[in-house]
Amino acid sequence: MSMTIGAPREIDPGERRVAITPETAEQLKKLGFSVAVETGAGDAAHFSDDCYREAGVEIKSDPASLWRESDILLKVQSPRFHPALGVDETELLPEGGTLISFIWPAQNPQLMERLAARGATVMAMDSVPRLSRAQKLDALSSMANVAGYRAVIEASNHFGRFFTGQVTAAGKVPPAKILVIGAGVAGLAAIGAAGSMGAIVRAFDTRPEVKEQVESMGAEFLMLDFAEEADGEGGYAKVMSEAFIEAEMDLFMRQAMEVDIIITTALIPGKPAPKLITEAMVESMQDGSVIVDLAAQQGGNCTLCEPGQAVVRHGVTIIGFTDLPSRLPTQSSQLYGTNLRHLLSDLTPDKDGVIHVDMEDEVTRGLTVIDRGTITWPPPAPKLSAKASADKHMATAAPPQQGAEETEVGTSKGWGSALLLAAISLALLFVGAIAPAAFLSHLTVFVLSCFVGYMVVWNVTPSLHTPLMSVTNAISGIIVIGALLQISSPSGLVVVLAAIAILIATINIFGGFFVTQRMLQMFRK
Amino acid sequence: MTEGLLTSAYIVSGVLFILALGGLSNQETAGRGNIYGIVGMIIALVATIGGAQVTNYTTLAGCMVVGAIVGIYLASRVQMTQMPELVAMLHSFVGLAAVLVGYASYLDPGTHLQGVERVIHEVEIYLGILIGAVTFTGSVAAFGKLSGRISSKPLLLPGRHWINLGLGLACVWLGYLFVGAEGESGQLPLIIMTLVSLLFGVLMVMAIGGADMPVVISMLNSYSGWAAAATGFMLQNDLLIVTGALVGSSGAILSYIMCRAMNRKFLAVIAGGFGTTAGSGSGVVDDGREAVPISAQDTADLLSSAGSVIIVPGYGMAVAQAQHSINEITKKLRDNGVEVRFAIHPVAGRMPGHMNVLLAEAKVPYDIVLEMDEINADFENADAVLVIGANDIVNPSAQTDPASPIAGMPVLEVWKAKSVVIMKRSMAAGYAGVQNPLFFEDNARMLFGDAKSSVDSILASV
Repeated sequence: MSMTIGAPREIDPGERRVAITPETAEQLKKLGFSVAVETGAGDAAHFSDDCYREAGVEIKSDPASLWRESDILLKVQSPRFHPALGVDETELLPEGGTLISFIWPAQNPQLMERLAARGATVMAMDSVPRLSRAQKLDALSSMANVAGYRAVIEASNHFGRFFTGQVTAAGKVPPAKILVIGAGVAGLAAIGAAGSMGAIVRAFDTRPEVKEQVESMGAEFLMLDFAEEADGEGGYAKVMSEAFIEAEMDLFMRQAMEVDIIITTALIPGKPAPKLITEAMVESMQDGSVIVDLAAQQGGNCTLCEPGQAVVRHGVTIIGFTDLPSRLPTQSSQLYGTNLRHLLSDLTPDKDGVIHVDMEDEVTRGLTVIDRGTITWPPPAPKLSAKASADKHMATAAPPQQGAEETEVGTSKGWGSALLLAAISLALLFVGAIAPAAFLSHLTVFVLSCFVGYMVVWNVTPSLHTPLMSVTNAISGIIVIGALLQISSPSGLVVVLAAIAILIATINIFGGFFVTQRMLQMFRK
Repeated sequence: MTEGLLTSAYIVSGVLFILALGGLSNQETAGRGNIYGIVGMIIALVATIGGAQVTNYTTLAGCMVVGAIVGIYLASRVQMTQMPELVAMLHSFVGLAAVLVGYASYLDPGTHLQGVERVIHEVEIYLGILIGAVTFTGSVAAFGKLSGRISSKPLLLPGRHWINLGLGLACVWLGYLFVGAEGESGQLPLIIMTLVSLLFGVLMVMAIGGADMPVVISMLNSYSGWAAAATGFMLQNDLLIVTGALVGSSGAILSYIMCRAMNRKFLAVIAGGFGTTAGSGSGVVDDGREAVPISAQDTADLLSSAGSVIIVPGYGMAVAQAQHSINEITKKLRDNGVEVRFAIHPVAGRMPGHMNVLLAEAKVPYDIVLEMDEINADFENADAVLVIGANDIVNPSAQTDPASPIAGMPVLEVWKAKSVVIMKRSMAAGYAGVQNPLFFEDNARMLFGDAKSSVDSILASV
C-alpha cells in the first residue's frame, strides 16, 4: 500500500516557504506516493491551490485531518504550538508517523522528547552528513545559497549607491567595495551575486584551501601571514588560536576602514558565532555603509547585531535578518522541496510509494534523529575510512530492481555454499587421516597464503590492476627455484629441462619487475 | 648455507612478496611495493643458489643472464597499449616452466618415496603439469588473440561442451593410470595427459570473445599462480607454495571483479560464446530515430564552452594510440578553467586497469581518473561527455532492456549528461554484438572517423 505525503501550512508568521511545490509534488507522485497539501500552504511562495490541484495534489482545508491522514509529513520549520487548533503540532503527528523537516536537535531537546513520545520517525534536514553522496539532500547548503544571494540584495537595498563603477555625463561613480567573511556556501553565493552586480569583492576565510574557490568566483582572497590549519571535522571551520584571531582582527580593522559593505557568514558548528566585527570597527566604517550578518541566528558575527532586525549604529546599517531564505520564498521552496524529493527517492528505491529507512546507510543514519520513538541523535562520528568503505559498499550493491530474484538465488546459493563447506571439511578430514605430516604442514601454509593473498589483493586500487598483474607475473617467476634445485641433477635430461625452465622463468622475473617499475613511474598526480 | 638459513631467507622473501602486493593499495606506495618484490626475489634466488643442492653454476649462470637480457629487452620495448599481450606471454612462460619442472621432478632419479607419500607426490606432479600445460597454451592463444594474430571472434566448435567434458574425463582416467603405474610405465599416460591439457588450454581460450579478454587474462594469471603452488607441493618448497597461493588468489579476485563488472557468471565466460546470442535478443533500436553526426570543430567548441567535461575512454583509444592527444586536450581545457575528469569502466580495454596505465603513460594526473562507482552519479551534472572508442560500457540498454545480452551489466550512465559526443569509426555494434540506443538519444552526437585523427583535429580547434 502506498503512503500519503502531506505538507501543512507553516505556522511561523514570518515563514513564507512551503515544503512541497507543484513541481516536486509531481515527482513525488512518480515515486508512487499520494500527495496532500493544506489549503493556502503555498500562497506566500506564490504557489496557488489551483497549481497544486493541476499537479494532482489533494488540497485539504482542515490541518488536523491533513496531519492525521498523512503517513509522511514534510515541513520547513520544526513543529511548534498551533494557535488556530490550540495544540502543539507534535500532538497532531500520527503515532508511528514520519516527519521530515528542520529540527535542530541540539537546540531543541524538549521537542525531541515530545516527538519520541509519539513513536515517530523523524528526519532532520539540518543533520544531513557532509558526504558528496548526500549533497543533493543538503538543505543547509541550498538554503545558505539563497541566504548568500539575498544578503547582497538586502545590502544593496540599504546601501545608497551603485555597486558597479560607472563613468557618466553626471560624473564618475566609484564601485562599491564588499568584504565577505567566511567562504562557505553562503559566502560564495554572496561573492557571486555581488561580483555580478559589479562590486569589487574581497573574501576572507580561515581555511586557506578555499582560496581557489573564492578566486574562481572572481573575488580577491585576503591572506593572513600566519600558518594555522583550520579545516575541522566535516569541512567546517574550527576555533582558532589566540594569536591567529589577533592577526585576523587586525586585518578586519584595516578592511573596515576601506570597504562599504561587510557580509559575515562565519559559523562554527555547535558554538555561538565568533565575534569578528567589533564596535570600533563599525565606528571606523563610513556613514551609509552596510553590514549583513548571516550568523545572526547564532548570536551574530558583529557585536552590535540584533537578530531579526535591521538597526543603524554609528551611521552603519546592521542587518541581522534570520529569515533570509524565506525572503526568497519561491526559490527556497523549490530548492528545499527538491532536497526533500531526493531524500524520498533515496528512501523508496523500488518506487512503490513505501519508504524504507535503512539505518545501515550512513546518510540515512545521519539525518534520522528519531527512529520509531528511539532518539538516535547524535549519530556516531563519521570516520573518513568508514565513509570510504560505506560508499564503496553502496556502489557495489546489486541493482535494486533485481531484489526479488536476488533473494531466491541467495537462498539456493546459501545451500550450495553450505554443501561446499561440508564437502571441503570432509575432504580435509580424509586428507588429514591418510596424508603424512609434512604434506599437512605444506597444506597449512598454502591455505593461509590463499587467505593472506585474498585480504591483500582486495585492497589494491582498481587503477593499479595492470601493475598488479605484471608484478604477480614477476613473482610467479619464483618457480625458477624449482628449476634451480634440479639443475645439478646427475641426469642429463633433467638438466636440460631445468635449464630451459630457468631461462624462461628468468625472463618472467626480470620482464615482470621491469615493466611494473616502468608503469608505476608513470602514475603521478 | 644451512637448511635453517634457507628457510628463514624464504620467510623473509614471502613477507616481502606480500608487502609488494600490499603496496599496490595506492599509487604513492606502489613503487616501494615493487622494490620490496625485487628485494624478496633477490633474497630467494641468492639463498637457493647458495644452498647445498646447487652445484651446476655454469649452466645456471648462462641461462639466467640470457633470461635477464631477454626479459629486460621485452619489458623496455613494449608499448603500453601492448601490455595485455606482454602479460599473456609472461603467463605462458610460467605455465611452460611449471610443465618442465614437473617433468624434471618426475624424471629426477634422486627421489625415492614409498606408500602414501609416493602417491601424493605423483598426484602433485600430475596436477602441476596439468595446470601448467593449460596455462601455457591458454596464454599463447590469448596472446595470439590480443596481438591480432588470431581472430578475436569466439571459435565455437559444435558440441564443444562435450569435447571439453571428454578431455576432462580423459585427464582423470590418465591420472588414475599414471599414479597406479609401476616404474617407467607411468610415462605414457603422463605424456598423453600433457598433450590433452595443451589442447584443452587452446580450446578454452579460443571459445572466448574479445570483450571477455579481461576475464581470461585474470584467470590465466590465477592459473599461473596455482601452477607455481602445485610445483611447490611437488618440491616441498614453502616459498613456492606461498607465492603461488598469493598470485593464484590475486588472479582469482581479479577474475571475479571483472565478471561482476560485466554481470556475467565466471563459468559462462569460460564456457564461451559471448555475443553469439545477440541475434535473439531485441537489441535493435529502430524506431525511426537517426544518429546525428557532429564535426570535430563543433566538438571542440562544445568542450571549450562546457563547465565540466567527462571523458570515457575505451579500447578504441588504445588501438588508435590517442591517449597523448587526449592529455593535450585535457591540459588545454583545464588551463581554461574547464573541469575535466575521466571515467573508467572496470572492463574498459583488454585487461584489468588497462585504461589507467595508458592515461598514466600520457601523464594524465591520476586524481582526475575516476572509477565507475565514483563518477556514475556525477554524469547528470556534466555539461559534456566525450566517449572515445567505447561502446558496450556506455550502452543504456543494459539497464532498460531485459532481453539485451548485456542486461544487468553495470554501465557508465553517460546519457544523463547535457550532451554526449561519441567517437566511433562507424555505426557497427560493439563486441557484444548489441546495437547501442545511446547513439540515437537526443543529446548524443556522433563524431565518425579514426579516434586518433578525430582527437587531433579537436586538439587543433580547442
